[in-house]
Amino acid sequence: MRRMLYSPKVAPYIFVLPFVLTLAIFWVSPLIKSFIMSTQDIIPGSVTNVGLANFERLIGDRLFYVALGNSMKYMIFTLFLLIPIPLLLAVLINSKLGSDRIKAVFKSVMFIPALTSVVVAGIVFRLIFSESPTALMNQIVGAFGIEPVKWLKNSETGFMALLTVASWRWTGVNILYFLAGLQAIPNDYYEAADLDGANAWQKFWHVTVPQIKPTLVFVVTISVYGGLAMFLESFMLWGGNNSPQNIGLTIVGYLYRQGIEKNDLGYASAVGVVLLIIVLAINIPQLIATGTFKKEER
Amino acid sequence: MTASSSQVKPLDARLSGDEVTEVGKNGRQMSDEGRAHRRRSIGRTALLVALFAALAALVLIPFWAIFVATFQDGNMIVRYGLNLGIDFATASFDNWVALFTDSGSYFRWFFNSTVVTLLQVVLTLAISSFVAYGFAMYEFRFKSALFVSVILLMSVPFEMLMLPLYIQINDMQLQDTYTAVILPFLAHAVTIMFFRQYLRGIPKEIVEAGRLDGVSEIGIFFRLILPLTKPAFAAMAILNGMGSWNNFLWPLLALRSPDKYTLPIGLNTLLTPYGNNYELLIVGSFFSMIPIFILFMLFQRFFIEGMTAGAVKG
Repeated sequence: MRRMLYSPKVAPYIFVLPFVLTLAIFWVSPLIKSFIMSTQDIIPGSVTNVGLANFERLIGDRLFYVALGNSMKYMIFTLFLLIPIPLLLAVLINSKLGSDRIKAVFKSVMFIPALTSVVVAGIVFRLIFSESPTALMNQIVGAFGIEPVKWLKNSETGFMALLTVASWRWTGVNILYFLAGLQAIPNDYYEAADLDGANAWQKFWHVTVPQIKPTLVFVVTISVYGGLAMFLESFMLWGGNNSPQNIGLTIVGYLYRQGIEKNDLGYASAVGVVLLIIVLAINIPQLIATGTFKKEER
Repeated sequence: MTASSSQVKPLDARLSGDEVTEVGKNGRQMSDEGRAHRRRSIGRTALLVALFAALAALVLIPFWAIFVATFQDGNMIVRYGLNLGIDFATASFDNWVALFTDSGSYFRWFFNSTVVTLLQVVLTLAISSFVAYGFAMYEFRFKSALFVSVILLMSVPFEMLMLPLYIQINDMQLQDTYTAVILPFLAHAVTIMFFRQYLRGIPKEIVEAGRLDGVSEIGIFFRLILPLTKPAFAAMAILNGMGSWNNFLWPLLALRSPDKYTLPIGLNTLLTPYGNNYELLIVGSFFSMIPIFILFMLFQRFFIEGMTAGAVKG
């Protein structure tokens, strides 16, 4: 035992052991179990194997398509809102925004919303988007002469509320990610572009974007994941998993409804498997195309 | 998800702030650019500062809205929504008094959250730094396979695992314990990646010197390497602390007795349609943000740099 502690051959296994154990017990085992459960019909006390019946049921489940559509729509909209805008803001902060102190203040302020829990953010935005004419959003549209809106009762306006929460919480985080990427670009590249007479837009497109590709890939990956797996924002905004006509129902919301609320664990697991497949189907080709896996394996 | 190491500044340089590059840039501006150009760029900077000030104000509006609401009647707030004004005629400190004189559960939850957060941060940092050291300093069989599993770990939605995990916790007789709340997150992929990146910047000669002095491999980590990684620990402590303090879904499933609830779960229970706890809901929500805010203010620089350094893993 004592000799083992001194051997550089054995030591790495001791170091990674706690990780392997937690990985096996709390991630791999539930993951396998999740696949197994998705082929079972589980009622307390009795488990029957039903093959792919859960997935067949899923294909004919109208509500599942509602959830799938909502999650997809949310993911796509958050990609459009939370990548170009934070990137632009990061470029502006990085280039011309006054002194370091001013930059630091903006970075911090933009980040502060990410410090709040979904619970508190949900409570606050729920009350901001309240249908009462005295609530903030209705006061704002009222200033333009628009009648009070029942924000959380309609599909489009409810969706707007969701996107507002997402933009509020994540814009600052993505700005930080992009800034990290921008700061790693050597200044010489821009000087060379200057010598070639490139304008600001050309510099952005031909120097900045290719150079921060790794950061872009990272942010796209976590945004796809975060968008498709969104649940709590909706849960908090509508004060539970039930929104009018399911306008806020997401894939994970449906998993939660089937698994926790209706205790149909087999069917809920099938929903989870489909979610994993969609996330991987979008992210893996993206990661391979951008060469991310190769570098990680190095 | 990664950058080749050549593109990434050494971490310690990044952690020491961005002054270095900025000085260089300003210096260049002073020498190269003509007066007219500079005047134009000052105008542009002023415009940008105004734009960003407006953005910052927009971002802070929700905080202001809930802050002023803590002085109003909770039931009215829930019924009529939040806005930016204070009605001084009805404003009072009643909610704050209620919060601090409440014999009920709020500070019990607050205490629970503190315990869970502290435990989780200490254990996660210990395990993650330990594992990351193994990845950063050694070559061994299965290393790349294990490393790819760290990345895959990051892309499996936790929400998908929560049902089997919930069953597993019950099988292990761990339901309604903080052990159940904390254990699944101990091997935290992002934290491991961050530490690995940081540790790779530490010269291997230190390890060699330790070996020559007859220090054990584990001893090298604890006595020689750990003291050098304090900044990384600060950054990750805040990131994990934030995640744990705000964690909601898993504790909601894992915990059952109200006296074990953490703050987010407790606050959520105040949000019942028939609740008469609305004064606590508003002021309690506001007050729950304060510890993380203080932590953020104290370690802001480490935090911002830590977040960004963790993002681009080489």
